[in-house]
Parts: sequence; structure tokens; C-alpha cells
Amino acid sequence: MSDLWDGLSQAWILLWTLDADLVEITARSLQVTLTALAIASAIALPLGAFLAVRRFRMRRLTIAVLNALMGLPPVVVGLVVYVLLSRAGPFGVLGLLFTPTAMIIAQVIIIVPLIASIAHQALRELWSDYHDLLISLNTSHVQRMSALLWDGRRALLTASLAGFGRAIGEVGAIMIVGGNIDHHTRVLTTAIALETGKGDFALALALGFILIGLAIAVNLAIHWLTRTEQEGRW
Amino acid sequence: MSDMFPLIVEGALTRRRGKVLVGPVDLRLEAGGVTIVIGPNGAGKTSLLRMLHGIARLNAGRIEWACGQERAREKQAFVFQTPVMLRRSVRDNLAYPLRLGGVTRREARAQADAMAEKVGLGDALGRPATVLSGGERQKLALGRALIRSPQVLFLDEPCASLDGRAMREVEEILKTAVQDGVRLIMSTHNMGQARRLASEVLFLLGGKIHERGSTVEFFDAPKTAQARAFLNGDIVE
Ligand SMILES: Nc1ncnc2c1ncn2[C@@H]1O[C@H](COP(=O)(O)OP(=O)(O)OP(=O)(O)O)[C@@H](O)[C@H]1O
Ligand SMILES: [Mg+2]
Repeated sequence: MSDLWDGLSQAWILLWTLDADLVEITARSLQVTLTALAIASAIALPLGAFLAVRRFRMRRLTIAVLNALMGLPPVVVGLVVYVLLSRAGPFGVLGLLFTPTAMIIAQVIIIVPLIASIAHQALRELWSDYHDLLISLNTSHVQRMSALLWDGRRALLTASLAGFGRAIGEVGAIMIVGGNIDHHTRVLTTAIALETGKGDFALALALGFILIGLAIAVNLAIHWLTRTEQEGRW
Repeated sequence: MSDMFPLIVEGALTRRRGKVLVGPVDLRLEAGGVTIVIGPNGAGKTSLLRMLHGIARLNAGRIEWACGQERAREKQAFVFQTPVMLRRSVRDNLAYPLRLGGVTRREARAQADAMAEKVGLGDALGRPATVLSGGERQKLALGRALIRSPQVLFLDEPCASLDGRAMREVEEILKTAVQDGVRLIMSTHNMGQARRLASEVLFLLGGKIHERGSTVEFFDAPKTAQARAFLNGDIVE
């Protein structure tokens, strides 16, 4: 019990004094995840719009695959990315294994299906509403997709935030492909796993508080977005 | 004058899940004037307008505009029975068709503002379209349809949720459009309005054109018993 209290109070001190390690790890976490999020959104949001607007032969199958990929265990994604990037693998020459880039790749693969799937759900609804008008105005496919992406931006931001939440809290895949190397690929989740293993609860708890804070911030943002969405304020 | 007419329709029919929504329809429409489509609920008025506009799949027959399919589409506009509101401001809704056509943002805004004034939405420009009332929505849809100066305007019960005054205003706008050479093809449940606007009437029943005549002919001396019953407000078999 006293271990816990000690840890907690030291964790607060670390947070309060903006401990250098703490700041560094948090910054790297954000950098990796925000980069992954930007790339994943650039892929997933247009994909969601495309699936909403276009009727093609493999559409149902594509959606089914997408939904299945949402449930993909991150550890397996890590494993696959590891194999692909390892020296003997097809992309081994790039020397990306155990770099932040490898972690970004893994996170992109994990959250693209999630973001695309949520985006598709929302845009499909919007499309059924817009369908008649946009067909009547003789719009091109690109124009239809851009109308959905623009007018559905709030729902899409919610989709992206969900992706952020998943990516920032992910540990298995980035542990495998990043290697949790100090000052290089150590991020919030992998650091917590390591420090807990070492018995250094203070740092682990402080990192945990940051992670919780980020998760709460994301959820508040989603909540606020949904509310303003209903009120049509932006 | 418009080079789109005559519009020739032969054996045109649309089906949905095996059910015939409207057709087969044979029809020849000339330039100028106002064609009003009337008939009981479910008669196929909406389906007919959609089919003529080319947004319902044609399962049989043909619909041919004198200027060719491609060019005809650009010169038509449609006001839906349930207006579609883009999740944008009233101004951006009005400007949208212009923006699609490559009009600059400034020019589109200027035209949108003028159109809003015309349809009586001048003080709603900045409001999100989704908060508009039913009547305001119909006005917005009408303005958005007129803004690209179409040569043919399809209207599916454009005054269904308008009060008396707004209806007169909309009718004035439509009359002006007709004077400017716009060809109206419109459905309505309001017989007074049909009399005021129509130059000819299509009476639809069971997905087919049951009777066609000039306004005077149709209202004063309907040829079929069903049209008589409909005009009397009786149940039409
Ligand atoms: N997508 C659809 N799938 C199946 N049936 C449809 C569909 N759309 C319309 N129908 C049917 O086709 C018939 C004609 O419908 P339509 O909407 O054209 O009638 P309407 O004359 O416009 O009626 P109202 O006066 O109520 O607007 C109706 O019986 C309707 O139920
Ligand atoms: Mg109808």
C-alpha cells in the first residue's frame, strides 16, 4: 500500500516539475500518433466517401473486409509489419525496423479500417440524403465525394478522434516494431509497460495519468463535436 | 428560345423491385407553357417527373430531348417534394450549383444573395439550411433550382408546405420564370394553383397518363369519369 502512495506522490512531482523523460516520451508519442493519424485520415476518409458514393461489384466485399480488419489484433499487425521490415523481409533494405517510422506504419494499418468504417457509416447516411440532389445537379464522382467530405466534416473528425484514441493507447504492435528503445522509439504505452515491469511505479503512473488525460480529452472533444453537430453550429 | 424541345417520350417505364412505378408513357412536349401533373396519392406523379428528368432508371422505352441527352441534363433543374438541404448555410446552398459550374466564390455569393432576396430568404442567408422551416426549405430549393437559369424546371409539389401568401409569392416567381422562357413541368395537389399556372394538364392514374388536355378543357369538361370524380373530390377507382 505504501508503495502505491509513494508512487502516486512521486508521479505528481514528476508531472508538476515537467520531468524531462516524461516530456520527451509524451512528445514522441504525440508525434508518432499524430503523424499516423494524418496519414490514416488521408487514406480512410476519402475511402469512406468512395464506398458511400460508388456502386461497384466488389463493394460489399470491400466493406466486409474493412469491418473484419477493424477487429484485427494489433499484435498481429505488429508481427506482419516486423516481418515485412526485418532485414530478410521485402522492405528490409529501407532499414526502418525499430524506428518511429515503423511505429507509424503499424499504427496507420491499425486505424485505417476503424476510421474508414466509421466514416463510411456516417457518409452513407449523408449520401442517402444528398443522393437525389447531387444526381440531379449532374455532379461528377469527385464532386459528390467532396460534398460529402466537406458537409460531413464533423462526423469525420469524430471518426479521426476515435482513430487517435486507438492509436495512442496501442502497445503490442509498436513494442514489436519499435523495440521500445530509450530516446528513440519509447512512447507512453511501451514506457509504462517497461517501468511497471521494473517496479518504477512513479514514472509509470505519471505516464499513465498523461495517457488517461489524453483519452478523456479525446472523449470530451467527441462529445462536444456531436453536440455542436446536432446544433449545426459549424 | 430553347432548343431542347420537342421532348419525345415513347413507351417509357420505370420499375422498382418488379413494381411498375410509372408507365408505359407516350408523350410529346413542346416548348413553352406550363405542364401540370395531377392525380391521387401514389398515382406516379413524382415517379413521372423523376423519369423525365433522368434520375430514375428507365426500364423500357425512350426519352429524347431535341438537343440530345448530355446537353439537356445541364439545362434542367428539379425541386424535390421533400427538399434536400445541404448541411451548409442558406447562402452556400444557393451558391452550390454555381460553384459546381466553376463560378468564382465571390460571384456565386453575390448571385446567391440576390436569389435569396428574390425567394424571400434575404434575412436567412447565414442560417444553417437544416434549421429552416418546411416552407423556407421549399423556397430555398426553388431558389437553388433557378440559380443556374435552367430552361426546364421540374417541380414536385413546390408549394405543399407554404402558407397562402408564400404560395402567391412563389407563383409570381414561377410566372416570371415562364415569361423568361423557362418550361415548367410541375405536380400539385392544389387545383386552384393548377388552374392559375397550367397551360395543359396531365391527369395521372395508376402510373399512366389517364387524360391530357388544355387547362380550360380539362377543368371545365373533363373527358373521363375518373377525372370528373377526382376534380369533385370523390374517390377515384
Ligand atoms: N423506391 C420505391 N420503391 C417501391 N415503390 C415505390 C418507390 N417509389 C415509389 N413507389 C411507389 O410507386 C407509386 C407511385 O409513387 P409516386 O411517389 O410517384 O406517387 P405520387 O403520385 O407522387 O404520390 P403523392 O401524391 O403521394 O406524392 C406509389 O405506389 C409508391 O408507393
Ligand atoms: Mg409525389
